[in-house]
Amino acid sequence: MAKKKYIISFPHLGNYYVPIYNLLNNTVDKNLCEIMIPKKMTLRTLEVGSKASPEHICSPFKYNMGNFIESLENGANVLIQAGGGCKYGYYAEVQKQILEDMGYNFTYIQLFSSQKLDINYIYNSFKMFNPKLTIIKLAYNFLLAFKILFILDKFEEYIRENMVYQINNIDFLKLHKDFLNELMEVKDINKLNILKKVYFKKMYNVKLVSQDIRDKYIKIGIVGELFSSMEPFSSMFIEKKLAEMNVKTKRYTTVTYLLFKKGFSQKKLLEESKNYINYQFGADGTESIAHSLELINMGYDGIIHIKPFGCTPEINAMPILQKISNDYNIPIMYITFDSQMSEEGFKTRLEAFYDMIKMNKEKKHLA
Amino acid sequence: MAKCYIGVDIGSISTKGVIIDEDKNIIASEYLWTEGDPINAVKKVIKSLKDTLDSKMIVPEICGIGTTGSARYLIGSILGATIIKNEITAHAIGTLSKYPDTRTILEIGGQDSKLIIIKNGIVVDYAMNTLCAAGTGAFLSSQAKRLGVDIEDLGKVANLSKNPTKIAARCTVFAESDLVHKAQIGHSKEDIIAGICRAVVQNYLNNLAKGKKLEDKIIFQGGVSKNIGVVKAFKDELNKEIYVDENSHLMGALGIAIISKNINKNGNVIDFNFDIQDIKFKTIGRQCNGCSNNCEIVSIYKEEKLIDTMGARCEKGYGIKQIS
Repeated sequence: MAKKKYIISFPHLGNYYVPIYNLLNNTVDKNLCEIMIPKKMTLRTLEVGSKASPEHICSPFKYNMGNFIESLENGANVLIQAGGGCKYGYYAEVQKQILEDMGYNFTYIQLFSSQKLDINYIYNSFKMFNPKLTIIKLAYNFLLAFKILFILDKFEEYIRENMVYQINNIDFLKLHKDFLNELMEVKDINKLNILKKVYFKKMYNVKLVSQDIRDKYIKIGIVGELFSSMEPFSSMFIEKKLAEMNVKTKRYTTVTYLLFKKGFSQKKLLEESKNYINYQFGADGTESIAHSLELINMGYDGIIHIKPFGCTPEINAMPILQKISNDYNIPIMYITFDSQMSEEGFKTRLEAFYDMIKMNKEKKHLA
Repeated sequence: MAKCYIGVDIGSISTKGVIIDEDKNIIASEYLWTEGDPINAVKKVIKSLKDTLDSKMIVPEICGIGTTGSARYLIGSILGATIIKNEITAHAIGTLSKYPDTRTILEIGGQDSKLIIIKNGIVVDYAMNTLCAAGTGAFLSSQAKRLGVDIEDLGKVANLSKNPTKIAARCTVFAESDLVHKAQIGHSKEDIIAGICRAVVQNYLNNLAKGKKLEDKIIFQGGVSKNIGVVKAFKDELNKEIYVDENSHLMGALGIAIISKNINKNGNVIDFNFDIQDIKFKTIGRQCNGCSNNCEIVSIYKEEKLIDTMGARCEKGYGIKQIS
């Protein structure tokens, strides 16, 4: 009898399943393993996730759980999780325990957390899925995956910032879809570079409205917690909804930022926001303050601060943002995304925020 | 013939309608309970507005219809609205048309409450209650029922009190327990009712006004503004003059009527039939099984003909068209 296959799954975060899939796909032995991209997020994901989670945990935990459970239902037996500098640091252990208590059988791997990066542990974990794996090959695959991550972030950032300007509504959408599919399967860095060139050229060639029309668009910056920033389902597709209202949006938070830029920019961020804060206060709270100030300097018309229910660092940022809002006369709206939230109420608030900014702008224009 | 604009505000508890003329004067208005049936409520409102116009011998030329409130999309679709807007914008516009120097609007409705901050005639900040309905009309009416006082008399009874009872009002349900307890240990009914009014105000201020400056002129509106007990509690708590317009409950409807006038710059007459009473509307709610989102979709039929579908997250769920 053939040995049981490893079926590997992981939680969703925006489109980051692409580099993760790529990494696993190039690294594991296909005779031993299968890779399972978790089911696309739906309300059911949140429902089963919430049911298995403590009621007052922050909602990304619930989404992660939903992804895991849906994958386990489909036969996954290896789950991968990471960790971070807030409650995210505890996710892995708690989730493992809950899923085991629910009676699932699986191997659970926490690749890394912000506290420790154990290369030996990572290498040995991957060896399980491919006994012939050399450390050089693994390093190369990681490099490739990170490069995909950078390219993906850059590509999506351009699309986010210009989506609202495109003349033909589906240009970016189609390009995006094709590019993601190609990125998943790419095997070496040279090919990736060629792919990047082709798609970035296409992307820059998408027809946009002229600059003087662009200047008339309302601009809203989005700051706040990382999961709700990067997983559109969890923030009720706030960026898409704003784009449909003809609002240009900007956000800083991407995985590229969190993994590679965040560490170097803390000093600069604190310096920029020295009138408001003297020290960091965990997770992305400092960013919410500093980036809001940057957005104001860039002439943005309003800021939306988003967080999942139960996110402590962002609650800390709110009173400071309120002060900034008063000092600079800029509207800031605070939205908490919760597993119990009604989409209607969210739409009403978004609409009102837009109307308010628009009327403000018209008034200024007349004066 | 007179050019007119209709504004309808369909809230959770009550439905409000106004007709205004070219100069934004209210020439007809109606206010009644929604009773969980927005379509029927709107039919009654439209009929009553028409009757008022008839009695004033006005022959209307309708140039705009706006809807606002929680049923704005449904009713907007049924009336063929020229504009559908959220209630925050509508309230601000309506109030500013009567009080151009307004700085703060306190609004407490049946199930939600809002705070709107205005500077130089423009909304610069607002807040709306989230996650909890403590400090809204629903809380007042359930407590009035419990104490056996008519909701309309609540304010009068409250103002008899000299020493309002303190009630723990963070949560509506726990407030109720505290209230029962206070009654059992012998607090008088007036004091308890005054305490409830105060609790509503404190709850509102805690939920919405944290970190915001409430400056004069302060206008209080929404259904609860009719309760003089709550008005007094606001005055005591804020130590400021609170203005309540005689039409404070109509501000949303007035605002949306004005917006419908503003967007129709040429004053074109639109096609509108006042005899909506005789038209059969039907709504069918169903679950779209296109994916595991299981969106709840509502289709609206006018005389058996599908006119609109709402509530789907993607194209799969839409029959023919969607308004948004």
